[in-house]
Amino acid sequence: MTGSQWVDVADVDDIELDDVMRFDHAEVTYAVYRTADGRFSASQGLCTHAQVHLCDGFVIGDVIECPKHNGRFDVFSGRAKGAPAVTDLRVFATRVLDGRLQLAVPAPD
Amino acid sequence: MTIDPPVEATVLRRDYSLTGPEHALAEERGLESAEWYRSPVPRARMKQLVARRDGPAIRDTLIWFALLGASGSMAFFAWGTWWAVPAFAVYGVLYGSVSDSRWHEAGHGTAFRTPWMNTWLYHIGSFMVWREPVSWRWSHTRHHSDTIIVGLDPEIAVPKPTPRLLIVLDLLGIVSNWRELRKMSASSVGRITPSEATYLPETEYPAAIRWARIHLAILAGACVWSIAAGTILPLMFIGLPSFYGRWLVMVFGLTQHAGLDEDVLDHRRNTRTVLMNPVLRFLYWNMNYHLEHHMYPNVPFHALADLHEEIADDLPPVYHGLSGVYREILPLLRRQAKDPSYRVVRPLRSEAPA
Repeated sequence: MTGSQWVDVADVDDIELDDVMRFDHAEVTYAVYRTADGRFSASQGLCTHAQVHLCDGFVIGDVIECPKHNGRFDVFSGRAKGAPAVTDLRVFATRVLDGRLQLAVPAPD
Repeated sequence: MTIDPPVEATVLRRDYSLTGPEHALAEERGLESAEWYRSPVPRARMKQLVARRDGPAIRDTLIWFALLGASGSMAFFAWGTWWAVPAFAVYGVLYGSVSDSRWHEAGHGTAFRTPWMNTWLYHIGSFMVWREPVSWRWSHTRHHSDTIIVGLDPEIAVPKPTPRLLIVLDLLGIVSNWRELRKMSASSVGRITPSEATYLPETEYPAAIRWARIHLAILAGACVWSIAAGTILPLMFIGLPSFYGRWLVMVFGLTQHAGLDEDVLDHRRNTRTVLMNPVLRFLYWNMNYHLEHHMYPNVPFHALADLHEEIADDLPPVYHGLSGVYREILPLLRRQAKDPSYRVVRPLRSEAPA
């Protein structure tokens, strides 16, 4: 995976099922998701509509819903699913290693 | 001979337009897309409250359609007799007023768990309540960002000083529907109004234009049908109910924010919750819990009463019924017609952080 590096986020059990957690790294904020069936994903941490922290939103199925205006995005593809969310979220790869969730963030220049 | 208005009246009359000086003033004061106070709720409890289900909305929508069908049928067969009056009165409210709460909840995407059901109900409700669906979705988004912030909120229903005549006229939708007809007519020829442009992204212009044309085409079709049939009856079912049936939108809608503080970042100071009976709550789809809804728009209608129980201790006292809330609203609006600076102070147990 070129141009990115794995960083340690948290113990997998620190993220509840059907929930989202904020993760900050190198002055960038991310949102890390865990769906009801235990899958992990991650995206940029601010809603593309009004820059609200998605960590205050809610995971409903495979969708993250922004707490301010109900903007919705697919947690795996980042696809915006309707107004006022019209610009997709940037998503990032995740992996679980030895019980720890890791996130692929852009490598420093 | 002209007489200049008193200086005090000039100073107190603000410009509510989205393209006027108040827009920039609100931005300078840090009121645009600001942080709003929220009564605390444990995260685990919030996750329960925001959970979506299809069942309650399917049930209520089927009931609504059944009532529309029943009252509409009675009105049709009673046409030509005095029995048509009460039948159309009921049909009109179900069409022209109940559609407002369905438009609202489905517009938030919280009525159903299934997205396409929200979309369908949103479009049906939009047409009945006489609102072009694309522009109003974005208008309502702005209303949630900047609730009753002068110069930013496109949905301030009652500016100050109170425009009493306009409120009375709007009981029949004369003001709102005329404005919307003008806006849709402009959109239909590709012209987005300057006000609309302050909240509608350019990428949405084609969709707004398309839906304005669809709504106008349906309304025009109903007009042609009436003319061809030589009777107003088709319009009594499509289009005109948005006028003669609109009065309940106003009665409910004024309870939301009318007369309360402007330019504050705490919904407890500019939004009301009114306890209502189950019939009114069905018609209004629990939008009477309006303060809770503004604080937490992710909570669907069927969980708003539960949310109210969670945070009631942190809110101003509720109003009991329409009579209770209008005991405040009517004298408040009457007073603000002459003195726009007059306000009610609502007791709070805690203040929002500065």
